[in-house]
Order: sequence, then structure tokens, then C-alpha cells
Amino acid sequence: MAFGPYFLLATLEGLVTAAVLSLIALGLSLVFGVMRVVNVAHGEFYMLGAVLAWWVASLFGGHPAIGFMVALVLSPLVVAAIAFVAERLVLSRLKYEPEATIVATIGLLYIIQQLALTFYGPEARPVEAPFHYRMQLPWFGYSAYKLAVIGFSIVMMLATWFVLTRTKIGLVMRATQFDRETAQAFGIPVGRVYAGVFALGAGLAAVAAVLIVPIQQAHYLMGHDPLLLSFIVVIIGGLGSLRGTVLAAVLIGLSDGIISMFFSPTLAKMLATLAVAMILVFRPQGLFGAAAR
Amino acid sequence: MSENRKSLINLNGGLTRRSALKGLGAAAGLVAAPGFVRYGQAQSSEPIKVGFQCHRTGIGAAYGRWYERVTTAAAKRINDAGGINGRPLEIIIEDDGTDPKRGAEVVEKFANQHKVDLVYGTLFSHVVVGSAPAAGELKIPYYVVSEGYHVASGKMNRYCVQPGITDVKAQARSVAPWIADNLGKKVTLVYPDYAFGHDHRDFFTPAIEAQGGQVVAKVPIPPTETSFTRYFPQIPRDTDVIYHVMVGPAVLTFVKEMGEFFGSGGPQLFGFIDSLEAVDISSPGLEFLEGSHFWEGMPRYAQPDQPDYVTAYREAVGIDQNGASANDAKDVSTAAHMFGCWETLNIIKASMEACDYKGPDDRAAMIEATEAMTEMEAGPDHPQGKKLFNGKIHQVFGEQNISQVKKGKLEVVHRTSIEDGAYEPEADYTAMSF
Repeated sequence: MAFGPYFLLATLEGLVTAAVLSLIALGLSLVFGVMRVVNVAHGEFYMLGAVLAWWVASLFGGHPAIGFMVALVLSPLVVAAIAFVAERLVLSRLKYEPEATIVATIGLLYIIQQLALTFYGPEARPVEAPFHYRMQLPWFGYSAYKLAVIGFSIVMMLATWFVLTRTKIGLVMRATQFDRETAQAFGIPVGRVYAGVFALGAGLAAVAAVLIVPIQQAHYLMGHDPLLLSFIVVIIGGLGSLRGTVLAAVLIGLSDGIISMFFSPTLAKMLATLAVAMILVFRPQGLFGAAAR
Repeated sequence: MSENRKSLINLNGGLTRRSALKGLGAAAGLVAAPGFVRYGQAQSSEPIKVGFQCHRTGIGAAYGRWYERVTTAAAKRINDAGGINGRPLEIIIEDDGTDPKRGAEVVEKFANQHKVDLVYGTLFSHVVVGSAPAAGELKIPYYVVSEGYHVASGKMNRYCVQPGITDVKAQARSVAPWIADNLGKKVTLVYPDYAFGHDHRDFFTPAIEAQGGQVVAKVPIPPTETSFTRYFPQIPRDTDVIYHVMVGPAVLTFVKEMGEFFGSGGPQLFGFIDSLEAVDISSPGLEFLEGSHFWEGMPRYAQPDQPDYVTAYREAVGIDQNGASANDAKDVSTAAHMFGCWETLNIIKASMEACDYKGPDDRAAMIEATEAMTEMEAGPDHPQGKKLFNGKIHQVFGEQNISQVKKGKLEVVHRTSIEDGAYEPEADYTAMSF
């Protein structure tokens, strides 16, 4: 294949990765930004979103778009509810102490993963895409659904941005992020804000998962890779910075797509990890993160 | 900080002395429990225990599920017919997580804790390679159903046998002439980048060259990969045939993305059904497979001319006309491989009867009895077809099926002979000591 179309395909693949990755990483970044909690179980909320999507979609007959759309609404809500309960039952009791929450979320990771294995099983199961359309380009074909994933993910990102910057809820979240104690002094129910943010973060991961299951399959171990990649994205972009997260996700997604296609996927992972190391050494707050106060 | 620490300690305060003692007692009881299960009867009626190393979880889970069903069905048939040497057959299952390290631990657990007579049933080649040394050290027979060339290569040990399924080297050699004659001579290989895939690469390449063909490109894919489109541009434009074989939970993605990339206008496709085991061929997005060809160890779809013993076998293992579970049409079987469990258990029975197996002291005699086997006739014990066992390399050889996708179903269009896949043995296990 000539360089031009080869590059186009690599870019498309990279953009799909970036779209999904930015949603997952955004959730992780929000949780850290507002709560200062490193949520190791984030990948499992993603997995849970995919598994629930399969379950919801399999309940609906008829056109596959019906099941998919219901899953797209229901699955993130259920995952958010589970995260909300987990936050209230576990994290809030630990008083958000950094070491304790890391250990607790590791525990949560294993609990969710093993529950999925017990009740969903070890199989990989597909969710049918809402539509099947294969675009035939002169050099290769490409799935139109993958482009729709990119589009929808941009919409979700804009919606999150809108909520954070233009609504009262967003204002409360930002206030809590900026200074927890002052926010509390002004009557903001910090505990409930935390629970809400944790649920929102998990919900975003679940949205990404529902978008990806028609391309990949729902599997109980699928949370591992996205967790690592979103940590990379969040560190490079700057913890708690929405703009940085999105930019870093596009950067990592594209470089992953292009490098792994022209060279090897292993090299892409190596370079991403190297970038993390460099950022940690020379700009620990990330590209767009505010310096620690 | 001190406040935080206090709250941590309070959490632990829930564990009282009494509950700790209770927990310890329960744990001790669990550990001791297997010791109480003893057979009061004479030794002769004690069951023969087969440890089944099963891929219940991990990347081999779909195979594990069906290997387990077939094993249960085959054991039931053997027991209904009076067991082995008049003793019932008992299958003890341990999950190896499709992981070589856990595989070796499972073999040790079988030998030391369950005290089984032999270990059986492993599929994934890296698990076999990881577990075989443990079986050799513990001197316990290890009957695998794996396809890999590692057994025949002579690199395992005297206790490791593969009598129920043809190895990849013979499979690749037997399909190569048909591919060269019917599909094309310029072949690109797409395979998983580990032992099993390397067997395909190493043995298909010379086999196709012997037919005047050539391998124009090799595309290895890491077995944990979840996205495949990025690999397809490596397939050269002048390829006549894509020879694909993939494993793991992402096989459906692999085939779907291949379809998106090439559509129906791409090169000819010849796949090992591994790329689609446990996956419904009529899944949306797989329409492009119509007309393409697959290797099958045993046909997934019921064939019009199949003998009665095949029909009986399919009924016993619980698969319908389409090769899916009789109870759930969406639960597609791994028909092309799982027959190996059925046949291997029957060979275990035959070997134990031939050497009048009494207990673990006769393990070496049992291996020798298996090594002495040669021809196996097609029939209820060997529903896949007739076989030829080579005791020197502990490997069996059988006929292979080449099937074409017609109207969304696989139809056998060619059956290779045992001679097509035959090769010179490169080892002699019988010369090794026990």
C-alpha cells in the first residue's frame, strides 16, 4: 500500500483509539482532579459498562440499534450507581486518605472483576453495532460505525465541558476541586459532590465501553489495557485538566495508531511510557496541570 | 494524619478473637476435608481418577467450556459401558487459567493432592510446554489434546502423549497441496505470535514451497491484541491467498475487521477454523466469508453423508445441526478440536485395559501400551475418522477436512488423506527412560 492511504488508515485507527481513550481518561482525571483519589478500579468500571451493554442489548430483539441505544443510556447509569454506592460505602469511610484509597480501589478492582467472571463468565461476547455500513475507499474499506464512535465521543466531551463550565453543578465541582475546606465553609456538601464526581467518572468510562463493544467484545479482563493507557494520558495531560486530558488522549491515540502501524505496537507502547517518564522528570504537573499547591 | 490512622485501626477492630478462631477452624476443616473422603470398599472398585487440566478461564475459555462438555459426555459413555477394567472413571477438573505457570501448578496439585492416575485434556500449546516438565518430574502420564508440534518434536518427555488430535505440522502439510491447486500460489500468513502460530509459520512455508508456491509475507499478531486493522496493510497487494489462524477472545474482531478492510473483493481466504471457533459464522459483519475456505478437524455443521456414529457422537456431546449447543443456539461449539477429548479418553481406556492397569505403579506400562498402538479405525471410539499413531513421537495422524462457507454454513468440500500430512519422525520417545 502506498504511503498516503497507509497514513490515512493509521490516522483513522488512531482517532478511534483517541476518542475512546479520552472518554475513559476524562473520567479518571475528573476523579483525581476533584477528589485526589487515584482510582485503580477505573478500568473495571469500563469493563462493567461493556458487560452490562451486552446484557441490556441481549434483552432486546428487533433492530440492533434499539438494544444498543438502550444500552448506551442504561449501562452508564447503572455503572454510575454502582460507583456511587462504592464511594459511599468504601472511599468516604476511608476519609479519602491517598494510600488507603489506592488499596481500597485495588480491592474494588478484584471484586468487580471476579464478580464479572462469576456471573458473566469468561467468554468474549459481542454487541451488534447499531448499523452496518462499510465505506469502500479506493485503497481499503473502513467501518462507518468507527467514525460514528469518534463523532459521539466528541459530543460527550463537549457535554462534559458544558456541565463543568456552564452549570451550577460544574461550578460546585470546580469549587470543591479548588479548595475543599473553603467550599465546605460556603455550604457545599463536599461528600455528596465527591460521590457524584466518582459516579460521573465511572459513567464516562462506561459510555466509552458501550461505544467500543460493537467493535471489540465484552470480556471480563478488558479493563486492564485502558486503565494503563488512561493513566499515561492523565499524567501527560495533567491531572484534573480537561483540556490536557483530551489533548494527551489524541496525542497518545494517534501516535499509537501511526507508530504501531508503521513500526510495531510494542514500540508505540514503549514511546508512550517514555513520554510519561520524561513528563514526570521535567514537568511533573503534566502539560496543562496546575502546579501543586 | 493521626485521625486517619485511628480510623484504619477501628476498621480492624471488627475482628474479634472468637471470629478469628472460628475462621481458623473453618480453614483447617477445609484443608483436612479431602482426607476424610476415603473409599471403604476394596481397591478394585475405587474409581480411576483422571485429572482434567481445563482452560475454564483466560484466553482459552471457549475451548475449555466445550472440552469439559465433551469430556463429561465421553466419561459417561465409558462408565455406562462398565468403566475401565470394571472400575468407574472419575474426572477431576482444575482450572489452569490458560496460563503456563498455573498449568504446572495444576499438574502438581493433581499428582500430590488429588492423587490422580493421570493428567489429561490441555489444549493451548504454551500451557502444554509449561506443564509437561512437571508431569515428567512427577512421573505422571500427561495426555494432551493440543495440536501443537511440541509433542512430536521430541522436546517433551516420555510421559507426554498426544493420541487424539493431529498436530499442526501434519495439518499444515495436508492442506498445502489443496491450497496451491485451488486457491493460488502466493500466500500471506497471518498468525498469533507464539508457539502455536510459529508452528503454522514454520511448517506451512516449506509445505507450500514444495507445491511450487511461496509465502509472500508473514504477519505475526500478539495473542493479546484486540485491534487488528493496523496489521492488514502489511498484506501485499499481489497476494493470492490469505492463510489466517487466530486464537483468543478477540477472534470475532479479527475476522470482522478483515472483512471491513477487504470487503468481498480481496484475496482468497483460507482460514484455520481456530479463527472462528465458538463464533457463529452468521454473525453480522461476517457475510464476506461466503465462499471462503476453512480447515476443520471435524465438521462443525452436520454433513448430509455423515456415518451413524458421528450422529451419535454429536448427540452425546449435545450439539445441534449447526454445531451449537442443543440447549442454546448462540453457544457455538469448538467442534473442530473437541472431538480430540472424546478420542483421547477412549485411548486412555484402551491403554489401561491393554496393560491391565491397577494403580499408579502401572503408569509406565500404560504409556508403553499407548506407544504400542498403531492404526485406529473410525467408529464410535474415533468419530473424527481413522487414525495412525506413531509411538516413537507420541503423535497421532488423521484425515483433515477442508470446508467452504456456503449459504452461511460450512460444507466439507475435500478430505485429505493421512499420507498428505505424513512426515519423517524427528525423535524417539521410546528410547528415553521413564
